[in-house]
Amino acid sequence: MSGAAAFLLVERDFAVPAMRCAGCIAKLEQGLVRDHRIAAARVNFTEKRVHLSCAPDAETPDLIGAFTLLGFEAHPIGDANEGAEAEAATSRELLLAVGVSGFAMMNIMLLSVSVWSGATGATRDLFHWLSALIALPTVAYAGRPFFRSAWGALRHGQTNMDVPIAIGVLITTALSLYETATSGPHAYFDGVVMLIFFLLCGRWLDSVMRDRARGGVTALLRNMGAGAMVVEDGGASRWVEANALEPGMVMLVAAGERLAADGIVTAGASQIDLSLLTGESVPQRVGVDDRVHAGTLNLDAPVRVKITAAGADTAIADIARLMGEAAQGKSRYVRIADRAARLYAPAVHALALLAFAGWMVAGAGWHQSMLIAVAVLIITCPCALGLAVPAAQIVAAGALMRVGVLIKDGSALERLAEVDRALIDKTGTLTLGRPVATNLDDVEPTVRPLLLALAQASRHPLSAALTRDLTAMGVNAEPVDALSETPGFGMEATWHGRRVTLGRPDMPVGDNGLATQLAIDGDPVATIHFADQLRPDARATVDALRAEGIAPTILSGDRAEAVAPVARELGLTAQTGMSPQDKLAAIARQAGAGHRVLMIGDGLNDGPALAAGHASMAPGSASDAGKNAADCIFLGDHMMPVVQAVRMARRTQAIVRQNFCLAIGYNFIAVPLAFLGYVTPLVAAIAMSGSSLIVVGNALRLKRAIR
Amino acid sequence: MNGLIFLIPIALGLGLLGLAAFFWSLRRGQFDDLDGAALRIFVEDEEDEAP
Repeated sequence: MSGAAAFLLVERDFAVPAMRCAGCIAKLEQGLVRDHRIAAARVNFTEKRVHLSCAPDAETPDLIGAFTLLGFEAHPIGDANEGAEAEAATSRELLLAVGVSGFAMMNIMLLSVSVWSGATGATRDLFHWLSALIALPTVAYAGRPFFRSAWGALRHGQTNMDVPIAIGVLITTALSLYETATSGPHAYFDGVVMLIFFLLCGRWLDSVMRDRARGGVTALLRNMGAGAMVVEDGGASRWVEANALEPGMVMLVAAGERLAADGIVTAGASQIDLSLLTGESVPQRVGVDDRVHAGTLNLDAPVRVKITAAGADTAIADIARLMGEAAQGKSRYVRIADRAARLYAPAVHALALLAFAGWMVAGAGWHQSMLIAVAVLIITCPCALGLAVPAAQIVAAGALMRVGVLIKDGSALERLAEVDRALIDKTGTLTLGRPVATNLDDVEPTVRPLLLALAQASRHPLSAALTRDLTAMGVNAEPVDALSETPGFGMEATWHGRRVTLGRPDMPVGDNGLATQLAIDGDPVATIHFADQLRPDARATVDALRAEGIAPTILSGDRAEAVAPVARELGLTAQTGMSPQDKLAAIARQAGAGHRVLMIGDGLNDGPALAAGHASMAPGSASDAGKNAADCIFLGDHMMPVVQAVRMARRTQAIVRQNFCLAIGYNFIAVPLAFLGYVTPLVAAIAMSGSSLIVVGNALRLKRAIR
Repeated sequence: MNGLIFLIPIALGLGLLGLAAFFWSLRRGQFDDLDGAALRIFVEDEEDEAP
């Protein structure tokens, strides 16, 4: 392409959660560039993203259309995730530090091996000096994360895992330098650098885990960068991003589209699905002059909505405020490694000091005493501890990701392992939260292909539900001609010269139920009813939760009549008609009684409760607020991953505890040796790498625990 | 013993070379999409390159 054209291109990112294989990469990269507005497309498979370079006049809906043509659902990713960029940068910085310390460790080891195998005199000094030459810049560069964190803790009068590390590293480096300068036999440069390398590996694993989950969550966030078609005075319509919407604008909301702002209906009538906002399962009929809210789904027919509030002023801003307050409680949780460090750090320092003092009293001279104190410090340094937790957690998170559970960070796994109560939302969590055809079995098999042919050509939510259910039954579409869609009514086509329609039933269906009717030449052939249904394994999940010692109850914003059948079927008690505040209060009551609550919910109204729960999970179909607030997200129609995640979290805690025991047991053997002065740099190196390998190996056992 | 004068710088130089290569590949985004890189080997190149 010419340089001038390239100059004008804009860069856009899209999340494409559905890419699964090499074929998808090829299809996307080669298919997208056929669109004349798209100059280049690059897939990032790990993050399930596509990076586009496109012409500046390409509108978001056009670009999404290009994805749809290829059979992919794409969601624009806004510029809102600057925090994420910063975290990715941290992760890269850590990886660089791991690389540097790994290089230094290997080279110093090379030199150390010759010292251990008996190099003496000038050769040993030369090798020590060379080691120092490599180790000093490495400690200065790769040790920064520890120094920074230790200094931060010390400044606030606290101590964490990094304090003994930083002190140990600094004292050992200083002493080794002194030894080198005075031609002493024991320099610990290899030990120091190895320590930094192992600990950085742990740090890096932890940050990789967060990055990965964050990538998955970003790909799931649908409403980011969303917007609406705004009708201008002249009658023309244009796409406006959500953050540029203003009160007074009139937006055109198509069937199947989510509202981007609060407003009042000015034209058209439709049904609005409120389930994400209130938990109410029955769609609400709206007509002219009715209020509608951002985040709700227009089910039926296109409507025009005059915006009354957009962005932070919408009704959901209230919920966002509650969420912010609720989340503060959770930030008080102290991670297990830090809890261990609170006991560990003072013990290590006391031991080292004791060793120094003991040998001084015994008359060994300050140099000898110092050497022994340093050996104690190096031996007790929480190398295995620093690796024990992240190694286990990243293996667990990886295994869970394969069964469709995204864990946001390590502390979520720790909290998930502790829960003993589950509060579960009904609509969208116990149920699928979308219409499912209930009487497809009654429809004659001969008309099913016709039904599919009409349904699959429409984006209407009921058509989408029909298409999904019929395809799952193995039905193949009948060829039809002259397909067309009439907004507000339905689909029409010609089949063997006859006029077939799929649309609103001629007679209203009782109690607000959703239905669609297939007619041939005007004669109704089949009426299909839709209802929200329980997830297929809801019952099994509830039983499994009980078996794990977690008592579940329903916490729903829906009416009692709607909740009762579900509660009866699952054998659960239920609290109904709850507002977001009520849900928060219910969690606070349980927490007050000493229970650890696992909140499972999907809606905006569950957001505060998800943020307040000791641990929380949301289905992949949840509202963005729900997904942001939850610790874990499970994908797909099945609920069993919830139990799998809890089991996995408990297994992980067990492994972490084992790892701690291993680390402590190793100290029991090694510390007396160090105390008595038997530990040389060689012994320290073997002990350190040995114990680290053992904890990592133990953590890897989790890989097979999921089945 | 004199061999060390050459061997040690060579060993260090090779190590540094590896480190430099690692830095380069990290900067160039070689580690950005590890799962995708494993799959791209299955992707057939299109015969006619897009203009």
